[in-house]
Amino acid sequence: MSTRGPGNLAPQAPRRSLINDPNVRAIFFQILVLGGVVLLGWYLVSNVLENLARQNIATGFSFLDREASFAIGETMIPYSPASSYSQALLVGFLNTIKVAVLGIILATVLGTIVGIARLSSNFLVAKLASIYVEVIRNVPVLLQLFFWYAVISESLPQPRQALNPIPGVFLSNRGMKFPGLADDPIWTWVGIALLAAIVGVWLLARWARKRQEATGQQFPVVLGSIGVLVALPLLTWLAGGAPTALDVPELQGFNFRGGINISPEFAALLMGLVIYTAGFIAEIVRSGIRAVNWGQTEAASALGLHRGEVLRLVVLPQALRIIVPPTTSQYLNLTKNSSLAVAIGYPDLVSVANTTLNQTGQAIEAVSIMMAVYLTISLGISLFMNWYNTRIALVER
Amino acid sequence: MADHISLQGSDTVSSGSAGSQVVKPPALALGPLGWVRANLFNSWFNSILTILILWLAYQVIPPLLNWLFFNSVLPGEGVTNQTCRASGGACWAFIHEKYRLILFGLYPYEEQWRPIASILIIVGMLALSCNRNFWRPWLAVVWAVAAVVVAVLMWGGVLGLPFVRNTLWGGLPLTLILSVVGLVVAFPLSILLALGRRSDLPIVKSICVVYIELIRGVPLITVLFMASVMFPLFLPTGVTIDKLLRAQIGLILFASAYLAEVIRGGLQAIPKGQYEAADSLGLTYWQKTRMIILPQALSITIPPLVNTFIGFFKDTSLVIIIGLFDLMSASKAALTDPAWRGFYKESYLFVALIYFVFCFFMSKYSQWLEQELHRGHKR
Repeated sequence: MSTRGPGNLAPQAPRRSLINDPNVRAIFFQILVLGGVVLLGWYLVSNVLENLARQNIATGFSFLDREASFAIGETMIPYSPASSYSQALLVGFLNTIKVAVLGIILATVLGTIVGIARLSSNFLVAKLASIYVEVIRNVPVLLQLFFWYAVISESLPQPRQALNPIPGVFLSNRGMKFPGLADDPIWTWVGIALLAAIVGVWLLARWARKRQEATGQQFPVVLGSIGVLVALPLLTWLAGGAPTALDVPELQGFNFRGGINISPEFAALLMGLVIYTAGFIAEIVRSGIRAVNWGQTEAASALGLHRGEVLRLVVLPQALRIIVPPTTSQYLNLTKNSSLAVAIGYPDLVSVANTTLNQTGQAIEAVSIMMAVYLTISLGISLFMNWYNTRIALVER
Repeated sequence: MADHISLQGSDTVSSGSAGSQVVKPPALALGPLGWVRANLFNSWFNSILTILILWLAYQVIPPLLNWLFFNSVLPGEGVTNQTCRASGGACWAFIHEKYRLILFGLYPYEEQWRPIASILIIVGMLALSCNRNFWRPWLAVVWAVAAVVVAVLMWGGVLGLPFVRNTLWGGLPLTLILSVVGLVVAFPLSILLALGRRSDLPIVKSICVVYIELIRGVPLITVLFMASVMFPLFLPTGVTIDKLLRAQIGLILFASAYLAEVIRGGLQAIPKGQYEAADSLGLTYWQKTRMIILPQALSITIPPLVNTFIGFFKDTSLVIIIGLFDLMSASKAALTDPAWRGFYKESYLFVALIYFVFCFFMSKYSQWLEQELHRGHKR
């Protein structure tokens, strides 16, 4: 990698020879570096092949079709120990996605609230928010996960003595149980209606903006959107006969049956990740808002905008430009930190891949699957956020 | 809430009623009462928040103080886990019972003055390195000497010190050694990576980009897994490296990619004129980099570098997942003693406090340094 001055390289070489030609030297050193990397790679690969042959481990991904024969506590798709390793890894992947998506949404909300709270003119609110940020950011996230997991699994009672704060909701060391809606085909249609309403709102907002740009007339977009979002699913529900049956959890034997369960592992992981990441997002939000020139606020209020409008129309759009890129990194960090699930027993991708690794001995394959999946997720999030960032970025000449 | 934040620390934007405001007598605008009015009850929304927070504090603080101090069990004669379980307060006797396990892991009991000395040396060196007047070449020499002394203390086997295998190392010294060695080795590597990424040579550049993005795109755990289960396969038959070294290599690979990106930021911030001026002086690439570019780039990046250090110091706690006995593992191990099960709050609080002290100090130092280094740029 090292380039030297011409004198050091070849003291006896005549001046203005090929050795002093920058282009030739550039090519020479690149060949040197590439050669070194290829040589190192070849050396490592040959060692791996030799070691694997000695230990009688077959390379390749054929083990993925074999029976996994281990159970997974939480699955979003049908899975049993008789399913294949690829099915198990898919379950782990979906669990990772579940915690990452929910975590990103909740951490953004909490982080924004705390970040704005740090700028509050209320002394207590501002102090409380800064204590939160200082404490949370300076303690390892793994320790926080252990703490929350211990709180849930050791402080909460057995299912038989489960806490029952609201009728139908039970808190125990087996997790949180709450009533879900009983199966009814109409719920699928309500879901579809909700999706349609979201698309409708997007179209409505576009139309309203176009109209305001063309005619100057404003349309109550927020009220209209809420109306569409509520009305469409509600009408679908009514059309389906308005079912109200609930699936309420009941204590049977040593555990609850029915209802929706949030496992202690999932709850601890989500809580830990959200509280930790929100501390970082809060600082980003705070610095983003503070970076917007005070003159902007003054100018906006001089134009007669009231406080909410100043924030929504003038300050936030400019602050977002500063906030989005570092927040993207925080989203990526949250997703990557979700791999700590393996430490508290939530079956995420790393945890399942680790079990697979221990059962089959396919170290290289298991680790490459983990790495490939996280790389894909990371690249996906960065691509999306970069796209969003370009959309909101300041267009300069 | 959005309506009531004060932007840039100043007062809220003047509302419509501001014009008709009556001038208050000074007694209410000044003094403690005035402060309370201005900071706690300056609008109906803030008043509600203040009352809510005071109510919450009333609910939380007295029980917390009871747990932490008034009902807590201090170590003493005849104090056992039974006393703790009966009291309902924090069991500081547990920490007293287990602090040597938490701080030093499985290191032989009678030799534990050696890890204590190592901790003191490392912390002392860190404190010394915080002083900008000491940033001279001799500091590197002192660090090298300190490293040798710590190695001798921890391993022993010479000067009449009994030999201690590194599988018995644990607790705080392990955490400190993993993070300090990781950073010191990763730092030069990361400078090369950052320079490589900014280089005009396409092959060098793409190798660096692939390395940095690959490591930054995956969680630290997978890098540690790679180090712990794949490295043995990479080595020729008959050669083995122990678990501690494998974890250390994994941490170095990880840290170098992150530091490289911070340093790249610094390199990008150097104006083009500096490069051109160096070129026109006829300096070679390495002379230019060593004497003109790097000193400026590194001094700009010191605050973000310290922040990366903090993150890395916290991240070393992940070695628990591949079975190393660092501070965090030791605190969990202390909880496995059947007699002292369930005192996880005390155990985690103790460890959290140690991490907090280190990280909080580093973050305050980075903020102070930022002020200090940017003195010249302020108008």
